[in-house]
Parts: sequence; structure tokens; C-alpha cells
Amino acid sequence: MTRRAAWEEKPTVTGRAAKGVSIVLIMLVILFPLYAIALTSLSSAETVHRVGGLVVWPGDGITFEAYEQMFRNPVVLRALMVSLLITAGGTLLSVVVSVLGAYSLSRPGSFGHKTILFSVLLMFVVFPGLIPVYLWVSALGLRDNYLAIILPMAVSAFNVVVLRAFFMNIPQELFDSARIDGAGEFRILWQIVTPLSKAVIAVVTLFYAVAYWNNWFNAFLYLDDTGKWPLALVLRTYVVESAPLPQAAGLTEAPPTLAVKMAIVMIAIVPAVIIYPFVQKHFKKGVIIGAVKG
Amino acid sequence: MTAPTTVSPAAEAGEPTAPRPAKPKTHWRTRLGRDWPLLIMAAPMMVLVWGFWWIPSLGNIIAFQDYKPYSGGIFGSRIVGFTHFQHLFADPDFLRALTNTLGITAFQVVFYFPVPIMLALLLHSITSGRLRSTLQSVVYLPYFFSWVLVIAIFQQMLGGAGLISQTLRQNGFDGIDWMTDPDTFILLVTSQAVWKDAGFGAIIFLAALAAIDPNLYEAAAVDGAGRWRRLWHITLPGLRPVIVLLLILRLGDALNVGFEQFFLQRSAVGSQASEVFDTFVYYSGIRVGDFDYGAAAGLFKGVVGLILILAANRVAHMLGERGVYSRS
Repeated sequence: MTRRAAWEEKPTVTGRAAKGVSIVLIMLVILFPLYAIALTSLSSAETVHRVGGLVVWPGDGITFEAYEQMFRNPVVLRALMVSLLITAGGTLLSVVVSVLGAYSLSRPGSFGHKTILFSVLLMFVVFPGLIPVYLWVSALGLRDNYLAIILPMAVSAFNVVVLRAFFMNIPQELFDSARIDGAGEFRILWQIVTPLSKAVIAVVTLFYAVAYWNNWFNAFLYLDDTGKWPLALVLRTYVVESAPLPQAAGLTEAPPTLAVKMAIVMIAIVPAVIIYPFVQKHFKKGVIIGAVKG
Repeated sequence: MTAPTTVSPAAEAGEPTAPRPAKPKTHWRTRLGRDWPLLIMAAPMMVLVWGFWWIPSLGNIIAFQDYKPYSGGIFGSRIVGFTHFQHLFADPDFLRALTNTLGITAFQVVFYFPVPIMLALLLHSITSGRLRSTLQSVVYLPYFFSWVLVIAIFQQMLGGAGLISQTLRQNGFDGIDWMTDPDTFILLVTSQAVWKDAGFGAIIFLAALAAIDPNLYEAAAVDGAGRWRRLWHITLPGLRPVIVLLLILRLGDALNVGFEQFFLQRSAVGSQASEVFDTFVYYSGIRVGDFDYGAAAGLFKGVVGLILILAANRVAHMLGERGVYSRS
């Protein structure tokens, strides 16, 4: 809550109007497309046909027809399961690996610290490039394996640095007293550092989960079997390309109707929208900014 | 338990020393005996970082080879030196990717870059905490959508069968399809970038705004400065370090305009307008199967990008800003 200070002049009428109009416009530009997509996904096929596109006026009633149809489509259902699996497994792996790694990096002067830190920080400016990674992952025999999606994106240098900066700001005395009491590094991490870092771990978890949920390009590169495709890739084929899946394993799926397409879009959006409010409050607390500046 | 017993000469000379724990000058064997749990903790991360980042980086060697994936492999293919790079600069497709990329960067520096700043100023000026946090939540949200989603949403709004065309047609006009028009493509990708990322990009400017000492505003107001003069003389100077830093970073990153956004729209718009560096690498390398040629294009981008970043950081230091890696 910021209140206007005594020395501040009263806002002018035009100023207030301009501000109000821009706020409303910004909200509209972001929320209106989402509203139209949501409403279309909840409309019957006849309504969509009669309107000739996205449904904007809510007068025609709401039906879950499109969602029922979508969940009867084995391709979409499977892709949804695949996405949930990749997101859950990948996020778990990434968060555990990153927290452990960031904690080990939060202690300057320890054995090998500079080498490890350098090989992480260098990831910000030196990239292996698409083709060497593609050839390498294929050479490892990971084609058509979900590990090909997860492993190349499992460690994000940015997330590690965010965690590390947070860990380094924990008062040194806590570590010292724990060490005097005989706690080892793993115990310190688990019983002291993790409980103090819930906010930053939540933010990093969100970042990883969103990255896995949204990823379609690794799947596109490495999964030849369309039956293994995650939701984001099915969404791309059905909605962006408006095409049936290539060589869908024994399934002759026509591209779905507009309402079903919009239902797929909604399913792809929903996880982000559900988790987001729980984590969003931490953004303001400067969890990320502190790390970026440090 | 190694107490910092020595006083450094700098501290004696009255210079400020960093309040960091002093580095113990212990023997490496002692440190290994003490720190091995930390090494175990770092091990999984190191395996992933080396296994999927640094080891594949070595594969860039094929950019200098006549790479035969099946008969020669990376160890058995003939070295051809800089041949691929020479071909790149005679390749009109590559040159178009280069000019497209630089053009889009330049355009976005002018038309994307100021948007998060203006958004942060707007958010900062909202006095009702409730309204402000609602608006914040709304503008951050699209950052978490994938490019697939964003493009699907834009298609439904601006495409040939989208809402705007549909409304126009129902009222007796011709529909407009912005999603396939190469002439307006640069506007389209920039507005997509604004829609998706500008809100989240405002966070860092909001933090900088919050860090400005409110007493400065009060003092200026007492001295008779109106709101525009306060904006000009206090707010903008307060934002200057962040603006300079981000602008320099963006210029250092000039060859990077993103891959997915362009890849996803390439077939709709055509490669003439939408081919950028990264899509060129994909199409010439993986799609066509000229791995060595594509790797050469990717390596060129990587090396030039690294030089640009280092140069940008140097410029930041010369301007008296902290730059990206001023520490240690």
C-alpha cells in the first residue's frame, strides 16, 4: 500500500484518465484473447459453426462437449499424460540437482569451487549449438527416449545462480553453530538451508516446471514415434499447423474442430494458471532481483 | 573454523575490504578431506553440465570437417579448414538470415525495449495496492506461456480465420491475415514479444524504481519541481544503470532473436522474412542433413555472440556501470 505523500500534487483529470485507459487496455489485450478461447472451448459445435469462429458473446450457454471429445481422443489424452510425466520427473530431477549443486557452490574457498563455478557461469555466454547437441544426444542412443527431452535441459545456469545467491545470504552463524553441534553438510542443507529457502525453491521449481511443460522442440527433434509426443507438440501440430499428426500410430485422426482445439489450448494453459498464484507472491519479495543484481 | 587472523595490507591502508569470508590458505588435501561432501553434492550437476553442455560443445569441430555421419564420424572425417565458412558468406540464404536477425534486433531495441520501462513506470505510479498487484499478476502471466500457445492465440485473433478477420467479414469488409504477411512480419513478432515478455521484463525496472530514495522526490518537490521534472531528474537517472546494463546486454545478444517464435511461423510467412540465424542452422543442418555446414553457421553465431558480449561488457565498464561480470 503506497499512499500519496503530502508534498505530491493532486493528479490531473487527464492524467488520471490516461492512466485508467492504459490500465484497462493492457488488461483487455492480455485477458480478452484468453476469455474468447475459454468461451469457445465451452461452446457447442453448432454455436461455433454459426458464429464462424471464436465465440465472444456468452449468450449461447455453456457445454463441456469439446472437453469430452478431447478426452475421447486417445492422442490428446496420451500426450497429456506424457507431458505430466515429463514435467513431474524432469522438475524433480532438476530441482534436486540444482539445490545440491547451488549449495556446494555457496561456499567459496572449498575444494574445486572455482572450477565448478566457472563451468556453470560459462553456460551464460558459451553455447554448444543446436547441431552438436543433436548429434551427441542421437549418438548416446537417446532417440525416442524421454531422457532426450529432460537431460539436455535439466540444469539451468540461471536457476543455479539464483539459488546460490540466496544460500549465500543466509547468515554464516547458522552454519557455524550447526557445525559445532556436529551436523554434516547434507544435514545442514536439509534441516537449515532448505526450510529457510522455501520461497526461492518454489520460484525455481516453477521455472523448471514451466520449461518442461512448454518444451516441444526437444520432443520434435528426438521423438520419431508420434505416440510419445507431449501435449505442447500435439498442440503445435493440431492448432498452429492445423494438421493431423504425421503417421499417427494406427490412428486416422482428422484435425479436431475449433472448439476442441481451444479446449487443448486451455489444457495447455491451465497448469501455469493454477500454480502461478502460489509462486507469484515471491516475485515481489525480490527473490529473483536480489540474485540478478548479486 | 579457520579464523581470519591475518590483516591484509589493503585493510591496513584503510581501504574497504569486501566482507566476504577470508579464503583459507589450507593445503588442498586438508580441504579435500573437509569438503568432499560438497563435491558429492555438486557431482550430479557436473555430470549433466559436462555431459550435455561442454562435451557436445567439442562437437563443433565438425564445422571444420567434411563430416560424414555414417562412414567417417567425428574422428574419421576429413579436415577442410574454413571451407564451410567461406561458403556461408557466399550463401544468399545465410546472408538473408544475418540481415533479418540484425534488422529484427534493431527494430526491437527501438520498439520493444522501452515497453517494460513504461510499464514499470505505470505500475509504480498506481497508488492502490490492490489494483497494482492485480495488474502485475495479469501482465506477468503470458511470460509463462509457451511460444506455441502465444502463436496459437495470435492466430485466433489476427489470422485469416481469426476474430478480427471474422468480424470484418461479417460487416462486409475483406478479412486481413497478419499471420502470413511477410511485409508486416517484423511488427507481428515484436507485438508477440511485447505481449508475452514485456510484463515480466518490467520486474527489474520495478525493483530499480523501488530502490530510489523517496526523500529525493520530496526534496525536489519542496524545491518546486513538478512531476515531469521529477521524472526527468530523479526517476530516469535512478533507472539509468539498469537501462544501460540491459541495453548493452541486448546489443551483445544481437544475434539472438529467439528460435521457436520464428521456427513456428516460418512455414506460414515464408523464409524470406522469417529466416533468422537459428532457423537457418536448423534447416541447413538438420533438415537438409548438412551437419557440418549448419554447425559452421552455429559456431559463427556463437563466436561472434561471445565477442559481442565481451565487448558490450567492456563498454559498460567504460561508462562506469557495473556490467555483467564485474565481480571477481
